[in-house]
Amino acid sequence: MSGKESITLVVFSGDLDKALAAFNIAIGAASMGMEVSMFFTFWGLNIIKRNDGGIRSKGIMRRMLNLMNRGGSRRIHLSKFHMMGMGTWMMKRLMKDTNFPQLEELMAMAKEMGVRFIACTTSMGIMGIGKEAFIPEVDSFAGVATYLAQAREGKVNLFI
Amino acid sequence: MKADVTLDCIGLYCPMPIFHTAKKLKELGVGQVLEILADDEGIKEDMPAWCKTTGNELLGIEEEAGQYRVYVRKSK
Repeated sequence: MSGKESITLVVFSGDLDKALAAFNIAIGAASMGMEVSMFFTFWGLNIIKRNDGGIRSKGIMRRMLNLMNRGGSRRIHLSKFHMMGMGTWMMKRLMKDTNFPQLEELMAMAKEMGVRFIACTTSMGIMGIGKEAFIPEVDSFAGVATYLAQAREGKVNLFI
Repeated sequence: MKADVTLDCIGLYCPMPIFHTAKKLKELGVGQVLEILADDEGIKEDMPAWCKTTGNELLGIEEEAGQYRVYVRKSK
C-alpha cells in the first residue's frame, strides 16, 4: 500500500438502496484522495454479478438458489417500497430526474477513480457462484484475511 | 473572485460535485484557481471538508439566490 489513507467497505447487502449508499461513499472517498476497497460478500455479490447470461452451478439446491437469487446491478431492488418493481422503477426515475447517476454509472465512476472490487470466495463457494458470473471490473477474489489486512491499515471501515 | 477554470455542477447532488472537482483539479496546475458552481446546499460543508482532506486551499464560498460559487486553489 502507498502512503495514502485508505477506507474499506464490506458490502454485505444486495439491496439497491444500500448499494447506492456504498458507492456514494466509495466515490466520495476516492475523490478525497483515499484508496478504497469494497469487499462484496453474501447478498452483496449480487451487485457485481453480470447482468447478462445465466449462472451455472452444480446441484439442485444451488441451481434453485442462483435462479431465484440471480442478481446483477439492473435486477437488484430497494429494501423498502419495491412494490413488485414499481417502487424501484420510481426511485430510478426520480434519480434520473434529479441528474443522479444510476447504480451502473456509479460503479463505472468508482472504477474510474481506482476503487477496488473484491469478491468473497467463501460466499461464492457456498452458493456455487463461479468467477465467470461476475463483471470483469472485479479486481480480485479473496477471503477475510485480505479484508482484515486492509481494514487494519485503514482509517474508515464500514459494513453495509 | 477570479478563477482560471469554471466547473458547472448545477443540478448535481453529492457526491458528484466533489467527484467532478477532484477530476477537474487534476487538469489544473499548482496555484491555479477552480470555480465550482453548485446548487446542492451540502456543498457548503462538503467543500471545506474536501479541501481540508485533500490539502487544497479553499478561497471562499459565495452564496446567491440558492446558488453557490466555490473557489479552490490547487495547492499540490
